[in-house]
Amino acid sequence: MLRIEDLSAWYGEARVLNDVSLEIAEGEIVTLVGRNGAGKTTLLRCVMGLHATGGARATGTIEFLGTALTRLPAHRRTRCGLGYVPDDRGIYATLTVEENLTLPPAVGPRPWPLGQIYETFPRLRERRRSPGTKLSGGEQQMLALARVLRMGARLLLCDEPTEGLSPLIVQQIGAILRDVKDQGVTVLLVEQNIHFAATVADRHHLLAEGRIVRSLGNDEVRAREHELLEHLGI
Amino acid sequence: MLQQAFNGLVGGAFYALLALGLSVIFGMLRVVNFAHGSFYMLGAFGAYVLLDSLGLNFWVALVTVPLLLGAAGMLVERVFVRRLTRLDPLYGFLFTFGLALILQDAVKHRYGVQSQPYPRPSALSGSLDLGLFDYPAYQVFVLAVSLLTCAATWLILTRTRVGTIVRAATERPELTRALGIDVGRWVAPVFGFGVALAGLAGVLAAPMRAVNPLMGADLIITVFAVVVIGGLGSIFGSVTAGFAIGLITALGDLYVPALSQTLVFVVMAAVLLWRPAGLFGREEAAL
Repeated sequence: MLRIEDLSAWYGEARVLNDVSLEIAEGEIVTLVGRNGAGKTTLLRCVMGLHATGGARATGTIEFLGTALTRLPAHRRTRCGLGYVPDDRGIYATLTVEENLTLPPAVGPRPWPLGQIYETFPRLRERRRSPGTKLSGGEQQMLALARVLRMGARLLLCDEPTEGLSPLIVQQIGAILRDVKDQGVTVLLVEQNIHFAATVADRHHLLAEGRIVRSLGNDEVRAREHELLEHLGI
Repeated sequence: MLQQAFNGLVGGAFYALLALGLSVIFGMLRVVNFAHGSFYMLGAFGAYVLLDSLGLNFWVALVTVPLLLGAAGMLVERVFVRRLTRLDPLYGFLFTFGLALILQDAVKHRYGVQSQPYPRPSALSGSLDLGLFDYPAYQVFVLAVSLLTCAATWLILTRTRVGTIVRAATERPELTRALGIDVGRWVAPVFGFGVALAGLAGVLAAPMRAVNPLMGADLIITVFAVVVIGGLGSIFGSVTAGFAIGLITALGDLYVPALSQTLVFVVMAAVLLWRPAGLFGREEAAL
């Protein structure tokens, strides 16, 4: 579904990604783990077409559902079926919760109707007239996830959706991700919490200094948890 | 005094329309449009030319001149401003400042610096009894049009799909693209809309103010102060500050005439000391 080949990226002179290649099949959940600065966020931004302004540039091939994304502007890439949950959650302060939800267009074959969103996330219905950033951190994360589901995105790119959230909310996010996987949605997940990663994902790539240094299955992640945590410096 | 306060509100009506256009443009494009005063001046001259050469009256001008200027604004955005937004903001300043000088001198070259006469529309030539005093009907009309336009803009921004997109693109342009919205498509219409508002203010000014090439340059300095007081990019702030500054300068003229030219800048300095982002501005986050 998503094929990345020899992706390299720079900020000015600094090279942040080094010939990264990876492939994700439809319906898979794949994580990128690695320390801060390993290049995880940059990789997602490259796929979204956001690594292109200022001193940022990238080379390599990115293909989604057979379409070469590299030459498309960001909004056209999204319309191919991508749903982006950025690391800061990307909630607008000047838009209400409902406007945050309904702003993006439908980009996939099965966008969730608003009613279904509110059934799944009742708290968002209660707060639908509030400005987006008046929600708690966990609610904002739910809103960011709900938004890409409403778009009907076929591939979700989630940048550390569990960061800084309580264990209960992390569990809820895990349940949602497993749910959407059952509906055939594919997820590329950036995650520091490898324990959480092992409960939702199928495969994991360990990123260090802009390279994929190892690819692991869930069993391996569980067996080597201590070693990995040490590597991540947690 | 009440009458002077009313004069202030009418003056504020012009500030508000101009500040509103500047604000909408700055919010979406991050361009400070120094040519805004020239578009206001062109609005007044547009009305004058329509009447003088084509015999078309004020009411025709009130509709067509803003539309024509709005279209011209969209063209300016497409051809010039768009190429500059990727560069240092300084280039945007230089371009719009240069454009202001070119437009001003072109009109000066054609019509000279003396003021052109423009009659009040006959339907609004009398005065209205406002209860406490009589007031020229035309001035009341200006105030009403300005208030209605500001209210309509507010409704468009807060109640329509286009308004939601403009607000989203103003707050987080990059994120908005990543959510599948072609932000670039809305930039030219927003710029054109801001320019049309300046044109509307110009047409409204023609029957009550001197129509001359420098009328915009004289006004726009105050309008920049108004926008800064209201908070750069804040729609609500610029409109409120526009009427407030109109009121303050008019009352200043009455009580402290020596200060009348500088009062607005004194207010600006005081507001900035108290709230550096302006009355309704938010501290600028990273773009």
